[in-house]
Amino acid sequence: MVGGVTPGKGGTVHEGFPVWNTVEEAVRQERADCALIFVPPAAAADAIMEAVAAGVPLVVCITEGIPVADMVRAKHAIAASGSRLIGPNCPGVITPGEAKIGIMPGHIHRPGPVGVVSRSGTLTYEVVGQLTARGIGQSSCVGIGGDPVHGTSFVDVLRLFNQDEATRAIMMIGEIGGSAEEEAAAFIKAHVRKPVVVFICGQTAPPGRRMGHAGAIISGGKGTAAEKMQALQAAGATLVPSPADMGATVARVLAA
Amino acid sequence: MKVHEYQAKALFREFGVSVPKGEVADRPAACRAVAERIGGRVVVKAQVHAGGRGKAGGIKLADTPVEAEKVGSQILGMRLRTPQTPPGGILVRKVLVEEASAVERELYLSITLDRVRSTHVVMASPAGGMEIEEVAARHPEKILREWAHPALGLADFQARRLAFALELTGERFKPGAALIKALFALYLAKDCSLAEINPLVTTTDGRVLALDAKLDFDDNALARHPELTALRDTDEEDPLDVEASKYGLNYIKLDGNVGCMVNGAGLAMATMDIVKLAGGEPANFLDVGGGASPEQIENAFRILSSDARVKAVFINVFGGILRCDRLAEGVIAAVRKLGLRLPVVVRMEGTNVEQGKRMLAESGLNFTTADDMGHGARQVVALAGGRT
Repeated sequence: MVGGVTPGKGGTVHEGFPVWNTVEEAVRQERADCALIFVPPAAAADAIMEAVAAGVPLVVCITEGIPVADMVRAKHAIAASGSRLIGPNCPGVITPGEAKIGIMPGHIHRPGPVGVVSRSGTLTYEVVGQLTARGIGQSSCVGIGGDPVHGTSFVDVLRLFNQDEATRAIMMIGEIGGSAEEEAAAFIKAHVRKPVVVFICGQTAPPGRRMGHAGAIISGGKGTAAEKMQALQAAGATLVPSPADMGATVARVLAA
Repeated sequence: MKVHEYQAKALFREFGVSVPKGEVADRPAACRAVAERIGGRVVVKAQVHAGGRGKAGGIKLADTPVEAEKVGSQILGMRLRTPQTPPGGILVRKVLVEEASAVERELYLSITLDRVRSTHVVMASPAGGMEIEEVAARHPEKILREWAHPALGLADFQARRLAFALELTGERFKPGAALIKALFALYLAKDCSLAEINPLVTTTDGRVLALDAKLDFDDNALARHPELTALRDTDEEDPLDVEASKYGLNYIKLDGNVGCMVNGAGLAMATMDIVKLAGGEPANFLDVGGGASPEQIENAFRILSSDARVKAVFINVFGGILRCDRLAEGVIAAVRKLGLRLPVVVRMEGTNVEQGKRMLAESGLNFTTADDMGHGARQVVALAGGRT
């Protein structure tokens, strides 16, 4: 970590780290190559665009509650740049033993062979906890976030895990709403040559209600857990019906 | 957030989306007065947050002001039951009294977010008056989609293409294209998550009108729209949902008997799922969030346990930013303060877990601790009275 950015507090020092007014100054002075965003919802999309404009290659946004229309514009700005956005509304990303950019409890992780990708923060901790308890470590864990408009997708992360030599199996956690899991299923079927274990939460969620995450809603009969599970099973993924059995299932798949 | 048709139509007027002449009324006598002001035939429409009103008897025609009063007295105070309402129906407190339009054709128009393309999509279909999902399934060729540019919005040529797809011709074409642009301007300006007109109609006297109006707003954007939060009608929501929203809690009441308190939306959904897998039924979805304070936890506990159906409570927390000791502090305070007798199963993991467990054990209260979520689910279902 090289420092922080808070507009108006530039030139001050916080807990021993320099504070700048703009991301551009942080990049110019310290060659910052990653931005971790905790900015409140009303200004968070702007913070993403500022980091992208400053040429930061990796932008991780933790903020929950960003207006959707703001994210539509921010996503457009990212698409035209070379930057990658992770989130928003996510715990961040961790490669155990190497780097943590986020708010996950680091001590539950261990280095190892399982790549974890998830729309849910605490459910990621849950699976990591189950894996570590069985002595199985993680190559990287990526929270892609619970918002309907987000940067990095399941497919993006699956592609990276598929190429990553440290990853031997992939644990994917999806949820109701949207069609990101169906897109992941198509990608798995066509490209992924490593075992993929999947849990989809929201099997008991009522239609038409937003289940905490802005993106977790069954609308017009679409986006149900059953549809997603069917698509992923047809793509060759191993489904876990109970969230209590995620770790055990990964262990079984790794041993096979 | 949802609003009523009459509120949506007021916003339509503000943005230049043509709607029939009309006013809202909450008493039969007021229905008569509005009908007199409008003159001629009127339609009286129940104002509830649910579709399918016509078939359920919530929309009726009246030829005279006297008849409008009579129809108004039938609809006001009725419990409207449609496939979209709770089983007990919704009490009708207000009606919209509108001029009856001489409908020529019924069309469909809507704007929402396309999650795959990460931008706003406008959908138009000449097959109006029926559910768009049904049109999409049976006649997908009858729906035209135009995706707005994420930064530039909806271009004039796109509005024209949509108007052509709606088969608007002659004197109906220009007002139709203008209406599409106006609806898009409203959708963006007010941070809508859905703007839907079903049906949009053409009339025999050559007008293009929004006969119905549905607007849903992005909850994340309400902070910058105080004029919209003023439109919220808490009578249309479950009282416990309303109470929870006062404390920034994500609570949704369900029908089961196992109360659930969880941190994080995904884990909260997974907790409902595992309660069901263990043979029980979840009473609610509740995400207390990452940074919940002991006060918030206390309020959460009070709200979920005030549901009379709840027979046992399952607390499932994987603490990251939410520390287990703070959770334990909030739970113990809540149980003491509320004098709660319900069995409580606590499963917690993560930051300061040992300290949290010790606090629960030393509290002298009746907590059952679980080692993992499967174990906790089985315990809580048994305590709630077994498999349902």
